[in-house]
Amino acid sequence: MTLLQRLAPLMMLPLCSCNGWQSALDPHGESAISLKALILLIVTVCSVVWMLVMIALILALRRSHPPRPRPLQRDPRTARRMGATVIAAVAATVAVISGLTVASFFTTRALAVAGRDDLTIKVSGLQWWWNVEYFGATPDQNFTTANEIHIPVGRTVRFQLEGDDVIHSFWVPSLAGKQDLIPGRPNELSVRAERAGVYRGQCAEFCGLQHAHMAFFVIAENESDFDKWANAQRRPAAQPTDADAVAGQQAFLSKPCAACHAIRGTKATGTSGPDLTHVGSRKYIGAGLFETTRGSLAAWIADPQTLKPGNNMPLVPLSQQDLLSISAYLASLK
Amino acid sequence: MRLFVLFLCIVMLGGCEREERQLRLDPPVANVLDQIKLMPNGIGGTPPEVYFALGRPYETNAYNLSEGKRLYSWFGCSACHADGQGGIGPSFLDGWWYYGPEMVSIFASIRDGRPHGMPAFRDKMTTDQIWQLAGYIQTLGAYSAKTAAPSRNDDLQAHPAENRAPAAILFDQGPTPVHPEQGPTP
Repeated sequence: MTLLQRLAPLMMLPLCSCNGWQSALDPHGESAISLKALILLIVTVCSVVWMLVMIALILALRRSHPPRPRPLQRDPRTARRMGATVIAAVAATVAVISGLTVASFFTTRALAVAGRDDLTIKVSGLQWWWNVEYFGATPDQNFTTANEIHIPVGRTVRFQLEGDDVIHSFWVPSLAGKQDLIPGRPNELSVRAERAGVYRGQCAEFCGLQHAHMAFFVIAENESDFDKWANAQRRPAAQPTDADAVAGQQAFLSKPCAACHAIRGTKATGTSGPDLTHVGSRKYIGAGLFETTRGSLAAWIADPQTLKPGNNMPLVPLSQQDLLSISAYLASLK
Repeated sequence: MRLFVLFLCIVMLGGCEREERQLRLDPPVANVLDQIKLMPNGIGGTPPEVYFALGRPYETNAYNLSEGKRLYSWFGCSACHADGQGGIGPSFLDGWWYYGPEMVSIFASIRDGRPHGMPAFRDKMTTDQIWQLAGYIQTLGAYSAKTAAPSRNDDLQAHPAENRAPAAILFDQGPTPVHPEQGPTP
């Protein structure tokens, strides 16, 4: 095996990041597409400039230099040529930099523009999860969810972003650029998905121990699916029917769970943890930590500090029976 | 010069040992740690021997003290005791300990509750959580600084830093008790 053959897999490794559900090079959103074009423009122009400089440098080094007996005395023709070269180089530099600045300005300016009638979603960043609020036409149509954002394809969505404890950053590489979530200073970001799909987002500003486990998912779907989802989310939690889940609801409400978590339609109205009204319908729990299954819910409740050390959920002592029934209840909250 | 460099190297070796974080106690150890011996009047007593065998981890380990600080807000202690200044419940910062400043007394207060309103947290917290919280509360009302301190707040801290022995600064002789119905005075 030659060295090249050995190195080939290594060299191809970076190519893996060119597509997938979290890649700025595989854009599916309006602003991500224009950002990719900007990236390509800047990389191309800079590569050409670099190549030209390198070629000029190599030519200058390889040229033979006749000895100059009196180096301080300049031939006026050479001096003129040198002056012209320097002026041309400076002019080219100014032209390239201002051209790229103007292109960058127009691309990024378009990202922040959103109309008033657009769908508005408020996203709050917390250590280490995302609180998501949807605003309807009337206040009774508002609802809250966490770590999973559904948006309609082909419609501009306005995100209102604010941090609740420290600075976080909202980044869905496949759909849009980054925007910081700063406590006390609301930011906005408009996003338009051009194709349906599940896109992974990630906190992009170091925010503490579990920064790496602060993911979320944006699910772009067509208008009718989105309406169906939003209507289902607006409804209060389903009352449990099977005996296990009924016992689970009892245990959930009598244990400390209800102090931090809300389940609409029950007496649980805590706000310091994620809203669990339809937790069974979300794809992941723990901000992208595990897929939602009854088993992963039970594991999380049994020992949250070992699975995600430092997070704000304490271990609550539960009997085996309580743990089983609470996980059955939460998994049933579709 | 060479001796100095050697000394510096030896000192730097000390940095290799990191404080251990025990994320979760072994169930048998937790069971034993729950068996404190309390005096008949509920004030003072001795912790189980394993507590000393472990090296008094809830008073000397910064991670445990930090966890205690988190538990203080998670379990709503501030609803009655505010940020240590007291309110409905007694203050910790003033250096008055109605049931003594020993870890076992504080542990028993949290686990079993006390008359005049302190609820029992026996079913709401695990044994090591109660120990962690007790260690933090002892730090809040300490007259002399401990070798370990919990981490600082991200937001405004309304009382002196825990590693400055707040009670030594804020001790209040009275005679105005925060709450006259505090139960038996020691």
